[in-house]
Amino acid sequence: MTRIRTALQHSLLWPCVTLVALVLLDLAHNPAFLSVTMLDGHLFGAPIDILNRAAPLVLVSLGMTLVIATRGIDISVGAVVAIAGAAAATILADDPSRVGLALMAALAVGVLAGMWNGLLVAFVGMQPIIATLILMVAGRGVAQLLTGGQIIPIGAPGYLMVGGGYLASIPCSVWVATGALALTALLMNRTALGLFIRAIGVNPVATRLVGLRSNALVFGVYTFSGLTAALAGVLISSNVRSADGNNAGLLLELDAILAVTLGGTSLLGGRFSLAGTVVGALIIQTLTYTTYSIGVPPEATLVVKAAVVLVVSVIQSATARAWLMRQLRRGLPFAAKKTVSEAAR
Amino acid sequence: MTASPILETIGLEKTFPGVKALRKVDFRLFPGEIHTLMGQNGAGKSTLINVLTGVHAPDAGEILLGGKPVEFSTPLEAEAAGIRTLYQEVNLCPNLSVAENVFAGRQPKRRGAIDWRLIHARAEAALAELNVSLDVTKSLDTYPIAVQQMVAIARALSVDARVLILDEPTSSLDDGEVTRLFDVLRKLKQSGIGILFVTHFLEQTYAVSDRITVMRNGEREGEYLAQDLPVELLVSKMVGHERMTERLKRAATEPPAQKAAVPPFVELRGVGRRGLMNPVDIDVQPGQILGLAGLLGSGRTETARLMFGAERADAGTVTIGGRPAKLHSPRDAVRHGVGYCPEDRKKEGIVADLSIRENIILALQARRGWWRPLGRARERQIADDYIARLGIKARDAEQPIGLLSGGNQQKVLLARWLATEPKMLILDEPTRGIDVAAKFEIMDRVLALCAKGLGILFISSEVSEVVRVSHRIAVLRDRRKVAEVAGNAASEDQVYRLIAGGSE
Amino acid sequence: MRNLLDRLVDPRTLPIVVTVVLFAALFGFGSVMYTGFFSLQVLLGLIVDNAFLLIVAIGMTFVIVSGGIDLSVGSVVALTTILAAVFAERFHWPVWVIVPLVLAAGTLYGAAMGALIHFFRLQPFIVTLAGMFLARGACFLITTQSITINDPAFHAISGYHLDIGSGSLTAGALIALATLAVAIFIAHFTRFGRNVYAIGGNERSALLMGLPVARTKVGVYALSGFCSALGGLVFTLYVLSGYGLQGQGMELDAIAATVIGGTLLTGGVGYVIGSVFGVGILGTIQTLITFDGTLSSWWTRIVIGALLCAFCLLQRVIERHAARRKSNGTGMQQRASSRERRRPAEPESGPRTDSVAMTPRS
Repeated sequence: MTRIRTALQHSLLWPCVTLVALVLLDLAHNPAFLSVTMLDGHLFGAPIDILNRAAPLVLVSLGMTLVIATRGIDISVGAVVAIAGAAAATILADDPSRVGLALMAALAVGVLAGMWNGLLVAFVGMQPIIATLILMVAGRGVAQLLTGGQIIPIGAPGYLMVGGGYLASIPCSVWVATGALALTALLMNRTALGLFIRAIGVNPVATRLVGLRSNALVFGVYTFSGLTAALAGVLISSNVRSADGNNAGLLLELDAILAVTLGGTSLLGGRFSLAGTVVGALIIQTLTYTTYSIGVPPEATLVVKAAVVLVVSVIQSATARAWLMRQLRRGLPFAAKKTVSEAAR
Repeated sequence: MTASPILETIGLEKTFPGVKALRKVDFRLFPGEIHTLMGQNGAGKSTLINVLTGVHAPDAGEILLGGKPVEFSTPLEAEAAGIRTLYQEVNLCPNLSVAENVFAGRQPKRRGAIDWRLIHARAEAALAELNVSLDVTKSLDTYPIAVQQMVAIARALSVDARVLILDEPTSSLDDGEVTRLFDVLRKLKQSGIGILFVTHFLEQTYAVSDRITVMRNGEREGEYLAQDLPVELLVSKMVGHERMTERLKRAATEPPAQKAAVPPFVELRGVGRRGLMNPVDIDVQPGQILGLAGLLGSGRTETARLMFGAERADAGTVTIGGRPAKLHSPRDAVRHGVGYCPEDRKKEGIVADLSIRENIILALQARRGWWRPLGRARERQIADDYIARLGIKARDAEQPIGLLSGGNQQKVLLARWLATEPKMLILDEPTRGIDVAAKFEIMDRVLALCAKGLGILFISSEVSEVVRVSHRIAVLRDRRKVAEVAGNAASEDQVYRLIAGGSE
Repeated sequence: MRNLLDRLVDPRTLPIVVTVVLFAALFGFGSVMYTGFFSLQVLLGLIVDNAFLLIVAIGMTFVIVSGGIDLSVGSVVALTTILAAVFAERFHWPVWVIVPLVLAAGTLYGAAMGALIHFFRLQPFIVTLAGMFLARGACFLITTQSITINDPAFHAISGYHLDIGSGSLTAGALIALATLAVAIFIAHFTRFGRNVYAIGGNERSALLMGLPVARTKVGVYALSGFCSALGGLVFTLYVLSGYGLQGQGMELDAIAATVIGGTLLTGGVGYVIGSVFGVGILGTIQTLITFDGTLSSWWTRIVIGALLCAFCLLQRVIERHAARRKSNGTGMQQRASSRERRRPAEPESGPRTDSVAMTPRS
């Protein structure tokens, strides 16, 4: 019984349940939903499509998870996506063969943006939401500046492979995302970084007094967020074959924050779950796919997203669960066995 | 005591999952008296207070207010009935002005709008009742905690109060402020209010109480007139066995053994920081305890922080182990083998959501760097080792540290630094807010460590404690060092005189 | 005079003083650079063109002072324009029915979010984010097109203006100014307003002090919803149409205006009038760029970003300086209140003082 209870209390439970529920919904509507076939030398099917589209979100959410774990937030990632794409496109527009240089430029831009945010948050001591708001506001302007207000098309085949190509019949973007996830998980679990980040999120003052360079760690976390955002920017601009300073990555930061919170990481910092974030990102992507395939008009996707977010947040809230249990117990007298004393406040 | 009790409980019981916090507790508070509640952590004091103030509902038993049975389901109901509570942390809003804090939620209005002139006038009057006069339009956080507590009292009394409960109000006050607080309490007592006082400090209990109720293991051990209860008896009743009184007697008379002069491990020469601390010379020898004595604000914690690199000095030189060193950050200090148990355990010491194990190995891991993790097995081993050695009472090493009592949390902090095998430890108020038995336990371990060669900088506001354990005492006043005396030659009076500014 | 100077440099009011000075400086800069800039027409034009943002920022100020945030305001503005357009053009309801209906809807929407935030202890960021999606989605569900308003009553109100000197104020601007006056009254002369400040300062303390935290928190979000709806109505008068894509990013403008106006995102500190000047600064920058004519519109974003950066740096410097002053230089910012004292206390054996006078009145 206790094992079931521990399983019920596991933080990954509700996100996985939600994802499974969505998948079941899709299956009910289209029994062939989970079918994957080989076509044109690569895997093809709805799940592949979802994974492909989810890759940029997963990347950005990875960086966002670590930032949120240190009690911060990074709302500039959408702007960084746009700037990175614009940077790459500008280089490729001059000479489509310099794919390597374009990639490096995009990633460098992301790292610089992350370092700027890290500087403001860790060393100047600004509140994260305001510090990253600055880049979010100014960043779009910078992206527009780079693209000259136009949408720059990208034709370099090497570059297009990254976001649209396939490697060993699996989309490249999925490889990139999986690689980033593996690397991050390795860093968090096989080194002491995970412990340090959690400690900073719970008590930054004590962490400094233990001899940790918390400033450097927080700086690094924001830099990482900028890097993942740039990587996502490469994937996105490669996938749509263009760089749009205005629309690339629009609202992506919100989706990323949602993915992180859906995955069980608290906005207040401390414990975090990379696996949960990935599940959260998949939930959001599957949600988009599901609403589209069921025939819900695209205008309604936002409403559905809002509803899911609210429902999942309410379920995750311990207060709400306690209230629900009390209502259930009142309505069902046989379920009225006292499990937790009312003294818990 | 001719009147009947203003507040009384009969057969009060309260059980939480796994622990019976109150067992058939009978308690009486008479009007016009100061009644102190004493007991160790976990004895049931807080639970009794919480039940009396409506935070928890009792499982059985009765509460009588003014002779009539009452039931409170929220703290607001208790407050409305006339029971006012003041907690250790001043529960006011720091961004609002003093006057607003006194009248928040009850601001007097004139023609539909808040009448600010009236609020300011009434607030000044309320504070004058407590012999405090200040600018009530300034925001609360521009005033020190002692003043903020006065504001909290003024607020509590601004509407008719019949009972005033003070839960550990003196932990952050220095002696002068405590005296002022007690003056106010005595004045209030005369107006017929019943005052319930909870504290750890034995001296304060005897300074102000009319009666004392001792609790142990959720039961009322006894109710006594303060004048009839000698301190050794009080402590033994709290702790439950006679050995404790022996220890107290022994500790009061045994001076620390005098050590031969050894070269210091850490030497501070003229180290100071503008706006923080005037340049001081401090030496800590291995195997010896240097005590820092002084009032709140004299610079004890500031000295400790400078020695740990938590504040960066802009003057002076530091020598560690005979060689010049730079202490720009805590990281530098840790690398040199210094550890620091900060004064504010909750805010600067423990990392609440992390487990005991993680808290213990944190400093050690920080020193090793992020690319050399200890590994779960080794961490477990270290944690279990210290849990056993320091007698930390916990279910296992995976428990979140936030659930432990103050004394056990302090032990975890101690374990954290011991795990780094330091050459010197800075202990800032290590026994604050900890019950008597745990206090002795911790001080015993500290002395044992010292005997093994660890140098210790010891800070405590209890001068008696400093005098009892230190080999040498540095006296601070107004952010500078004014004297240094040998431990066994000093008496409490002497140190007090030095603090006050008299000659030796 | 010394007292006034002291109050001006007080860390709580310094940010807003800087805001006012900056606004004056920007306006002065424009007047020097461009002819015709320094006129009542341009000044009043600021209010007219930004009336809706003014109202929304006022609501946002209350929410941020209470320690929360409201990301849904832009979407609620858009929804309001669509609802007003639909009610006027499709249902043909009169103006005096539409206005209270729409305002009530906005207030209830805000109250619902506030209830979720308080009673289920959810993060304001998440709940208002969901609120933003919900409102925006509702817009698109109703219609994806733009609906022009031809109703004569709307046109009449929209066309009304009060001439003042060389400029004029529209109905929308007048509504904004009225809202400002009411907001200042609420913030400084009602219990609700003071409770908002108290909760922003320390919610737990406010609860223990017996303040009506639940009512105030729900109320503050309801107020923000009301302001969003009112701002939406004013916006409808401004563009005379309903369209779901309006107001994107307006929440960020409102937050920026509030922060530039000196309100701290941590809560408990801030003035409504500050946000007004914040809006003024944003509007002046826009006007400057329009007057210049050569700069592309995306320079606005960069300049606003730089401005925000400068302001927050200033706020940060002030915070650090204030903390140091407060604690007599211990620099221990983490303490909620200072333990340091202005005068040494008498030792135990010394004479007892009868009256303790702190910081003598100047």
